[in-house]
Amino acid sequence: MEKLKVLVVDDEPGIRSGVVRILKNYTIGFPFMEEDFSFDIIEAETGEIALEIIENEGADIVLLDNKLPGIQGIDVLEKISKMRIDTAVMMITSYASLDIAVKATNFGAYNFVPKPFTPDELKSSIENISKHLFLKRMTSAMKEEGKQIRFQFLSVLSHELKSPLNAIEGYLKIMEEKQVGENIDDYMSMIDRSMVRIKGMRNLIIDMLDLTRLESGKKKRKLHEVEIHQLATLAIDTIKPMAIQHNITIKPDIDESIVMEADHDELEIIFNNLLSNAVKYNRDGGEVRISIQKINNVVTLTVSDTGIGISDDDLPKLFEEFSRIKNSDTRNISGTGLGLSITKKMVELYNGTITVDSKPNFGTTFTVKMPI
Amino acid sequence: MLEEKKLVLIVDDDPDYLFQMKHHVESFGFNVVTAESVAEAEKALVNKPDLAILDLMMETQDAGFVLAYKIKRDYPDVPVIIASAVTSETGLNFNLDTEQDKKWIKADLYLEKGIRSDQLHREISKLLKL
Repeated sequence: MEKLKVLVVDDEPGIRSGVVRILKNYTIGFPFMEEDFSFDIIEAETGEIALEIIENEGADIVLLDNKLPGIQGIDVLEKISKMRIDTAVMMITSYASLDIAVKATNFGAYNFVPKPFTPDELKSSIENISKHLFLKRMTSAMKEEGKQIRFQFLSVLSHELKSPLNAIEGYLKIMEEKQVGENIDDYMSMIDRSMVRIKGMRNLIIDMLDLTRLESGKKKRKLHEVEIHQLATLAIDTIKPMAIQHNITIKPDIDESIVMEADHDELEIIFNNLLSNAVKYNRDGGEVRISIQKINNVVTLTVSDTGIGISDDDLPKLFEEFSRIKNSDTRNISGTGLGLSITKKMVELYNGTITVDSKPNFGTTFTVKMPI
Repeated sequence: MLEEKKLVLIVDDDPDYLFQMKHHVESFGFNVVTAESVAEAEKALVNKPDLAILDLMMETQDAGFVLAYKIKRDYPDVPVIIASAVTSETGLNFNLDTEQDKKWIKADLYLEKGIRSDQLHREISKLLKL
């Protein structure tokens, strides 16, 4: 039997003893677990005492009342979130205020239990939070073993490949059965969408090939003297049609004398990815600046846009495989979720670095530095 | 007298899949409300649906499970279908055949995407006891 330590923080003795009574003999089993969970309950009547207990002996689950005599529940939560420990916090609130709910979610509260709660409500919340805790710990154990990454890559890949196929197949079935009538014009939007999905899938396959070649190291690198100015012009020409569509101006500032010993295709991928992102995630009528300079034997490429930007929360995920930032601004932008991850790997082949600086609603700047 | 049409909530982050599901489910004679994210779905849940069809992988890989849990918590009697394109070949294998799985997957039916529309109609009617 595995024991989870539950810390109840509430100034009302009745609530604390209630929780003790409900959870004392409660156990939870999950199909994917060998052992059942049972619970050890510790009580704290103030936030200060609770933090002391968490610091000294730790806790797996914290049931936290917001209204406390000293520091408030939300402050306790903030402190716990700063400790970076895997303690799951559940807020108990008597009247849910939106402000507190938003704050609590931002500080990583797992969920809310409204007060008063029934024994069954508490048990089901505890069941859920235990599962969450177990899965989280299992995932971090898997991560350490390196298994997680491959598993995630495969399942995401399968998802990314099958989704467009399902979408196209679905449209074809509707057409096959003439479900919206005899007139071909009524099917045009479905045909258009199918084309878009096919194009997306083709891009994914191209990106996948780039990535596998990179990872297997099988791609023969052909190193030549590459004229950077020429290559950049080619990349700009490639993206121009899309830029014109969205009325975006591209402003290059490129040192024409730079020559670099490199693989032409690899550099092209770096340039194309950064430029196409700068156009895709821009606003109509916006601007893209591309600058390439050589300073102290380091080639510095910066690509800036005036687009939607990236929030601080999303930045760390940016270079991960298949991480696409999903929000209402990016909903209609197609992408494979591999471009930046490939770009980063390419840059690293040249012992280079790639960094990003972004301000939501103002724009993003990518900076690549490659020593020569 | 005409009986009021049942309301089906469909949640999927793939706009094409969402469009097609709406098309099919409406053709079965139901009203449909759609959502492209968990957050949108939660807003839509203000109006209690008669049935919900959820994609599994949306913002996170298990978004569908989490949403199913929330729906069952608020509306225990609303049947929930989880649909996914991810299946056994990746080692992700779910079904709701055993009591044990049912204990933690709060859904009534697990479907693979790409199901034929007449099958879908049958499954929905079964869950709505029509």
